[in-house]
Amino acid sequence: MIKLSRSLIFFCSMLSLYGLTFSSFASQYVFEAGHPSLQRWLLPEEVPAPDNNKTTPERVELGKKLFFDTRLSGDGNMSCATCHNPMFGWSDGLATAKGFKSMVLGRATPTIVNTGYNSIQMWDGRKATLEDQAMGPMESHVEMNMSIPRLVEFLKTSDYAKSFKKAYPDEPIGTETLAKALAAFERTVVSRNSPFDRWVKGEKDALTPAQINGFKVFVDPDKGNCEVCHSAPNFTDNGFHNIGLPSYGAETPDMGRFEFVPIRLMKGAFKTPTVRDITTTAPYFHDGSARTLEDVVDHYITGGVVKTNVSPNMKALTLTDKEKADLVAFLEALTSPQKPFTLPAIPL
Amino acid sequence: MKALFITLLLLIVSATAIAKTVEVAQKDKEFTVAEVEINKGDVVRFVNEDPFFHNVYSLSDTKLFDLGSFPKGEYRDVTFDQAGTVEVECAIHPAMKMKVIVKE
Ligand code: HEC
Ligand code: HEC
Ligand SMILES: [Cu+2]
Repeated sequence: MIKLSRSLIFFCSMLSLYGLTFSSFASQYVFEAGHPSLQRWLLPEEVPAPDNNKTTPERVELGKKLFFDTRLSGDGNMSCATCHNPMFGWSDGLATAKGFKSMVLGRATPTIVNTGYNSIQMWDGRKATLEDQAMGPMESHVEMNMSIPRLVEFLKTSDYAKSFKKAYPDEPIGTETLAKALAAFERTVVSRNSPFDRWVKGEKDALTPAQINGFKVFVDPDKGNCEVCHSAPNFTDNGFHNIGLPSYGAETPDMGRFEFVPIRLMKGAFKTPTVRDITTTAPYFHDGSARTLEDVVDHYITGGVVKTNVSPNMKALTLTDKEKADLVAFLEALTSPQKPFTLPAIPL
Repeated sequence: MKALFITLLLLIVSATAIAKTVEVAQKDKEFTVAEVEINKGDVVRFVNEDPFFHNVYSLSDTKLFDLGSFPKGEYRDVTFDQAGTVEVECAIHPAMKMKVIVKE
């Protein structure tokens, strides 16, 4: 009797298994330039912005000035761009960031390229939007270490006042408008014109045959299995995974997302970063432990070095040397042409 | 054998009439419903229909649980034994959220 009911349950669950439809994954792609199956990888032209902070030229202009202004820090020598530097792919080229008085911080500076497309911010996801995030670095003692009342007073009494009036005519100068302006600027730092994007749009020669093969490896669950987490269109699932980095084996490792979501799976889990413009932001990972893209791929081949709590979506990979090389060549095709960037003149 | 099969089916059917089981799937990185309303004692069956792992958890006072992670085709059952509203999420993909409303 018990046996029968067990096999009945088994039978039913098998039925529901076969009834399932296939999700939009590797099996559905046709690897031809411009093919409809690839279009999900294109980012929308307009970066989404909240209703109370629609992107306008005045807001972007103000935010750009603030982003590069070292006077937003306590010592008057550090701006957002000190760490998110356009010359280093809007990051800093360091393994982990250097903060107030060159103090070495625990995590790498992520690029701000395409953060406007993401639904969650920071390695541990502790901020939801760019507006929520923006005041953090100025308030932090280990980063810009700024007195906020002093900062607001300065903005009100300097030439900034005019720019604020133009950008936010009905709102007072304060932390809210400051954060909004910074966010508006960040939304203009985008990458969606890479060789890969052009190939998706139909330009046949935008990718080399090796890069197209690398894309196949990237999406194939039996090869690279990368798309599971680095999913369309911004190469992130806005999700959190422990990918088994060696640093998680330390005595008191960085617990990442677990500090905010105390669920076992989240121990040592970090947000999936975009891999667009990836050639400009080495070294890689939240701890800066991978110097090159080859190092990154070598890590994934192991399926995770420290297996304690490693994500169930990670698995050891079997890739030939050619597949490895092609995968790296594909990642290199995700960088948009680097255009000259004009620095702002800062109001005094 | 056939008779046994039928009585068994009937048994299952009548058992579910008392404590209902409602199915909620995880598909394309979303829960298939934003909200379900059930009675105290009913069961919600969370089914993963995506070709990768999801999690299901709630930190609410009404019902605290963490179903770990499970792959495509597998499911986990949760019995809701207290009335109230339970916010359910996937820890891996925080945009995945739904509510279970448990009535007295
Ligand atoms: C001292 C270096 C430093 C400075 C200065 C700095 N940041 Fe960052 N930024 C970081 C680091 C490190 C992180 C990741 C921290 C974490 O996740 O715990 C980060 C994260 C971010 C993120 C989230 C990106 C993502 O993909 O999750 C944004 C957006 C950001 N910073 C914007 C700013 C803005 C705006 C300023 C100026 C007000 C600023 N940063 C100043 C180092 C810096
Ligand atoms: C289980 C989810 C998952 C899978 C599968 C996965 N990644 Fe990642 N990837 C992440 C997460 C999470 C991070 C950040 C981890 C950290 O720093 O702790 C990351 C980081 C990276 C980085 C570094 C980005 C940066 O800015 O530092 C690259 C490059 C990368 N992955 C490429 C790949 C490639 C190529 C594959 C397939 C071979 C792959 N990933 C498979 C989740 C995943
Ligand atoms: Cu999920």
